[in-house]
Amino acid sequence: MALEREKSLMKGLRQLIFPLAAVLAAFVAGSFLVLAVGDSPLATYQLLIGSAFTWPDGIGYTLFYATPLIFTGLAVAVAFRCGLLNIGAEGQLYIASFATAWVGITFAGLPAILLVPLCCLAAVLAGGVWGGIPGVLKARFGAHEVITTIMMNFIAIALASYFTQYHYKPPGDAILETVPIGEGGHIARLGRFVPGLPERIPLNLSFLLALATCVLVYLFLWRTRWGYEIRATGASPAAAQYGGIATGRQIVLAMALSGALAGMVGINEVLGYRYRYYDSFSSGYGFTGIAVALLGRNHPVGVILASLLFGALLRGGLFVDIFTEHVSKDLVMVLQGIIILFVAAEAMFRDRFRGPFGRRIKGV
Amino acid sequence: MLELREITKRFGDVLANDRVSFAVAPGTIHALVGENGAGKSTAMRIAYGFYSADSGDVVVDGAVRRFASPQDAIALGIGMVHQHFMLVEPMTVAENIVLGIEPGNALQLDVAGAVSRIRALSAEFGLAIDPTARIEDLSVGQQQRVELLKALYRQARILILDEPTAVLSPQAVRDLFAILRRMREQGKTIVIVTHKLSEVLEISDEVTVMRDGKVVGNRRTAETSAAELARLMVGRDVLLRVVKPEGHPGKPVLAVRGLSSGALGTKDRERRLDGVSFEVRAGEIVGIAGIEGNGQTELIEALAGLAEPAAVTGTIELEGRDVEGLSARARRAGGIAHVPEDRHRRGLLLDFDLAENSILGADDRPPVAVGPWHLWLNREAIRRRTEKILKAFDVRPPDPDLPARSLSGGNQQKLILGRELEESPKLLLVAQPTRGVDIGGIEFIHRRLVEMRDAGCAVLLVSSELEEVTALSDRLLVMREGRIVGEVDPARATPEEIGLLMTGGNAAA
Amino acid sequence: MSNILIVSLLFSAIRLTTPMLLAALGGLYSERSGVINIALEGLMLAGAFTAATITHYTGNPWVGLAAAILAGALVALVHGVACIQFKADQVVSGTAINILFLGIPALLSGAFFESTGATPQLPKGQLIPMAPIVLAFALVPVTWYVLYRTPFGLRLRAVGENPEAADTAGVDVSRVRYLAVMLSGALAAIGGAYLSIGQSSLFARNMSAGRGFIALAALIFGKWRPVQTMLACLLFGFAEALSIQMQGVSQIPVQFIQLIPYVLTIVVLAGFIGHSRAPRALGLPYQKKR
Repeated sequence: MALEREKSLMKGLRQLIFPLAAVLAAFVAGSFLVLAVGDSPLATYQLLIGSAFTWPDGIGYTLFYATPLIFTGLAVAVAFRCGLLNIGAEGQLYIASFATAWVGITFAGLPAILLVPLCCLAAVLAGGVWGGIPGVLKARFGAHEVITTIMMNFIAIALASYFTQYHYKPPGDAILETVPIGEGGHIARLGRFVPGLPERIPLNLSFLLALATCVLVYLFLWRTRWGYEIRATGASPAAAQYGGIATGRQIVLAMALSGALAGMVGINEVLGYRYRYYDSFSSGYGFTGIAVALLGRNHPVGVILASLLFGALLRGGLFVDIFTEHVSKDLVMVLQGIIILFVAAEAMFRDRFRGPFGRRIKGV
Repeated sequence: MLELREITKRFGDVLANDRVSFAVAPGTIHALVGENGAGKSTAMRIAYGFYSADSGDVVVDGAVRRFASPQDAIALGIGMVHQHFMLVEPMTVAENIVLGIEPGNALQLDVAGAVSRIRALSAEFGLAIDPTARIEDLSVGQQQRVELLKALYRQARILILDEPTAVLSPQAVRDLFAILRRMREQGKTIVIVTHKLSEVLEISDEVTVMRDGKVVGNRRTAETSAAELARLMVGRDVLLRVVKPEGHPGKPVLAVRGLSSGALGTKDRERRLDGVSFEVRAGEIVGIAGIEGNGQTELIEALAGLAEPAAVTGTIELEGRDVEGLSARARRAGGIAHVPEDRHRRGLLLDFDLAENSILGADDRPPVAVGPWHLWLNREAIRRRTEKILKAFDVRPPDPDLPARSLSGGNQQKLILGRELEESPKLLLVAQPTRGVDIGGIEFIHRRLVEMRDAGCAVLLVSSELEEVTALSDRLLVMREGRIVGEVDPARATPEEIGLLMTGGNAAA
Repeated sequence: MSNILIVSLLFSAIRLTTPMLLAALGGLYSERSGVINIALEGLMLAGAFTAATITHYTGNPWVGLAAAILAGALVALVHGVACIQFKADQVVSGTAINILFLGIPALLSGAFFESTGATPQLPKGQLIPMAPIVLAFALVPVTWYVLYRTPFGLRLRAVGENPEAADTAGVDVSRVRYLAVMLSGALAAIGGAYLSIGQSSLFARNMSAGRGFIALAALIFGKWRPVQTMLACLLFGFAEALSIQMQGVSQIPVQFIQLIPYVLTIVVLAGFIGHSRAPRALGLPYQKKR
C-alpha cells in the first residue's frame, strides 16, 4: 500500500518535471525579449511573479484571475481529451457572459435563490450551444474545429457588443456596458468569509465553484461511461468505433461541454465581479486556457496549478505595465505562446510521435 | 552478384537476423522463403540499405559495400519493390518514376522526355503501363508494375520483391511471373521474398529458407520439393496440429444473403463485396480462405457494423433477426464479438491501460456501467473483469495499469480475444488472429477458438494463412474478388484444390 | 447601383483579396508539403508589424517589405522546427505562434513607440499600395508552374501525399518541408505587410482580424490548388468589400454586416469540405525508420 502510494507520487512528480522545464525555458526565452527592449529581465520577473505573493492583494487577485482560467483551461482540456482543439473558448465565454447578464437584467426582480441558479444556467447553456455548433459542424460535415471556433469568436464578440450597444446600454453612458443585473444575481465575495481579505478584492464564490468543477470534470472523464467514450474517441477514433462508440456524438458532446465550461467564466465575471456585461472584458482568457490546459497536461489538477501560475502572471503583468520602463503586460501573452510551443514540442522527448490528436485531420 | 555474409541485426530484444549468409547468382530468380517473422524482410532491407546491419557484410559484385541509405544501394543497381507500394497515388506514373531523380533542370521538369523513356522501358519488358495514367486509377497489379518500372528506370540490375503476390489477384500473379521471367531473360537478377511454397516452386531457380532469423537451407529449386521446403521452414514435420474433436453444429446463428458493398469513392474494384451469401451455425468454425484484399476485410467490417451504412446492401441475420441496419454497438449487444485484423488501429486504445482496454465494447452496460443511464463506471467490476481476463488468457505482464502499447503482439492479441470472449458471444468474428503472434501464443489462441466452438459459439474465421484456416475450420469458404467462389471440406481438400479456388483456376497451384 | 459604385466595389474587393490570397498561397506551399499551417494569422501579424516598423525607421517601404519577408520566414522556421524536427502537434504549434504574435508586436511597439500596440503613422510616400496586389495575383500562375512543372513542385506534392515513398525515392523529406514552411511564412508576411504599409499606413493591434484563418478556409475551399484558391479568396474579398460598402447604406447594424466574411467561412467549410481532399500526409510528422 505504501509502495503503491510512493509509486503514484513518483509518477505525479515526473508529470511535473516537463511542464516546469517548459515554463523555465519560456522565461529564459522571454528574458531575451525583455533585454531587447531595454529592461532588466530580473527586475521584470520579480515584478511579474513577486507581486502575486503579497497578502491580501497579491494572493486575492491571483486567485481572482485564476478563476476564469480554471474554467477555460478545463474547457480546452475536455475538448483535447476528445482530440479537438477548442480555440473558441473566448467566444463561448463572451456569449455566455452576455447571456448571464441578460437573464440577470431581464429577471432582475427575482430573489437570489432563483436568480443565481438561473443566471448560472444561462451561462452554461449559452456557452454549451456556442461550443456545440462547431462540434456539430465537425461531426456532421468534417469542418475543422479550429477554423470554425475562431470564426465563432468573431461572431460572438460582435453579437454581444451589438446587443449591448443598441439594447442594454444605460443611456448616456460612455462605456460600452449593459445596465446592472438585479441585486439577487450577485454572489458573495470571499472577503465576506475570510478574515483579512477586504471585499474590494473581487475574488468570489466562483473560485470555489471552479475548484468544485475540477472535481466534477475529473469524475466525469475518468469515472463515467461518457467520459470514457470521449477519451476513447480522442485516443483512437477507429478503435472507438470498433467498440461501438458513436464518435460523432462524442465530438458534439465534448465540444458542448467544453463550451459550457468556458461559459462558466460568465458567472465569475457577471455575478461575482462587475454585476453587468462589460464589452471586451476578457484579457484573452479563452486563449490562455489553451496554455493552461497544455501545461496542465489536460488534467484537472494540472489545470488548477497552471491557472494559478497564469493568474499570478496576469496580475503581475499589470505591475510590469506600470513599473517598468518599456515592458508591457503583453509579455504575459508572449510567455504563453512560448510555453505552448515548448509543450507542443514535448512529443519528441517522450517516447512517442503522436500529438494530442490521434485522429487524422481532414482539412486545415 | 549479391551476397549477404554473416548479417546480424537486432531490434531491441529480438534477434531478427542471426549470421545470415547466402548468395544470389547473376541472371537467376532467387526465392527467399520463411514463415512470418523469420527475418526475410529484415535481411532484404539490409541488402537495400534501408536498415543497417549490426554486423556482417553486404557484398555486391565481389566487393564489400557500406550503405548509408537506399540511395547507395540504388547507385549500385539494386532496386526494391516493397510489400506496401511506395507510390504517390494522385500523381501520374511518370511523376512517380522520376521522383527524386528528375530529368531537366531546376526550373523545368522534362516530363516529355521521361514519358518516352518510360514507354520504351515498359515495352522492353512487356509491362504495358501508360506513363501518363494516375496511380490511383491503376489496379494493384499495375501499380506493382510501376514499382518495377521505377527500379528499372533507376537502372537496377538486381531487383528485390518483398511478398509481391500477397495483394495480387491470380491473373495479376500470372502476369507478374511472366514479367519476372522476361526480366531474367534480359539478364536481370531477381530476389523474391515470399512464404508461399507453390510460387517458389513455380518461379525460382534457387531457394534460401530462413527460420527464426537464421538461414536453414539452400536448394536448387529443381532438386527440392514443397514437402522438404515446408520442413525446413517450420523446423518440424508439421506446423499446425490443432486438437479438434468432432464438431456438433446446431442451428444457424449467422445468415448472410446477397451482401454487397460498393466501395464508395474508391476506384479499386478488387476490394469490395459482391453478393456474398453463407451461414454459420452454432458450434462450428467457418473459415474464409483467400488472398488478402479479396473482400475479407470488407466482409468482417460489414458484419460488425463498421462499414459505411450507405455502401452495404443485402441482409445479415443474427438468429433470424435482421441486424443489417443496426449500429456496431447494437450488434455487440446482440451477441456479436469481433477480433479485428488490425489490432493497433481498431482493437486497442494503445495509450489506455489494460483495464480501460478490457471494457472497450462493453462500457455501456452492467456490470461495467451502473447507475442511472448506466453512467457510472464500476471500478471494482472493471478491475475484477480485467484481472479475470489477464489470468484466463495468460496475458503477461498481468498488470491492469500498464498501457496496452507496452505489451507484445501476442499478449495484445490475447487481451483482445479475452475481452471479446468475456461477453459470451453468439457469433465471434475473427480476422487474422495470429498475425505477428509468437508460436506459443498461436497455439493458445487456436485452442481457445476451438473451445468457443465447442461451447456453442458460431465462429467466422478469416485468415490469409491457408494452413491456419484449414486446420481450424469445420467448413471452409474461399473468397476471391469479393465473391465466395467455393466451399470445401477442410479435412479432405488438398492445399492445391483450395489454392486453385483462391487463384481462380489455372494459376500457381 | 451606378457604374462608379460597381467599379469601386471591384477595386475594393481586389484590394481586400490581396492579403488573404498571399497568405493562402503561402498556406498552399506548407500544406501541400504536409505541414498544417494554422499559424498564417500570426505570420501575417509578424509581417505587418515588421514592415511598418522597419519602414518607419528606414523611410523605405521596400526595405520594410524585405524585412517582413525575412521575419515571416524566420517565424515560420520556428513552426517548422517544432513540427518537423520535434514532431509537435502542428495545430498546437501554429496556435502557439498565433498567440505569440498577439503579444510580441504589442510588447515591442510599447517599447519602441510608447504605444499600446500600434506603430506611428507613415507618410503617404512611404506606402506601397499597388505592388503587393500585382505580386499576389502574379504569384497564382507562378505557384501553379512551380507546383506542376518543376522538380521542387513534384517533390513538394510527393512529400505531402506519401513522405515514405518520397523518402525511398531519394527525396529529403525534411528539407522540402522546411523550404515549404519558410516560403509559406514569407508569403503570409507579405500579405501582412500589405495590410500595414499598403492598405493602411500603420500597424494596429491584431490588424489581421482573422484573415489568416479565412485564408486557410479559402485554401480548403480551393482544394489546395492555386487557381481555385484564388477564386475562393476573391469570394471572401468580395464579401468583405460588399460588407464595407453596405455599412453606410443599409439599415442593418454595422456589427452584423462585418460578420459576413466570418459566417461565409463557416458555411464554406461546412458545405464544401466533403468535396475536397487534403494532402494525405497533412498533419502527420514523418519518422524515418531505421
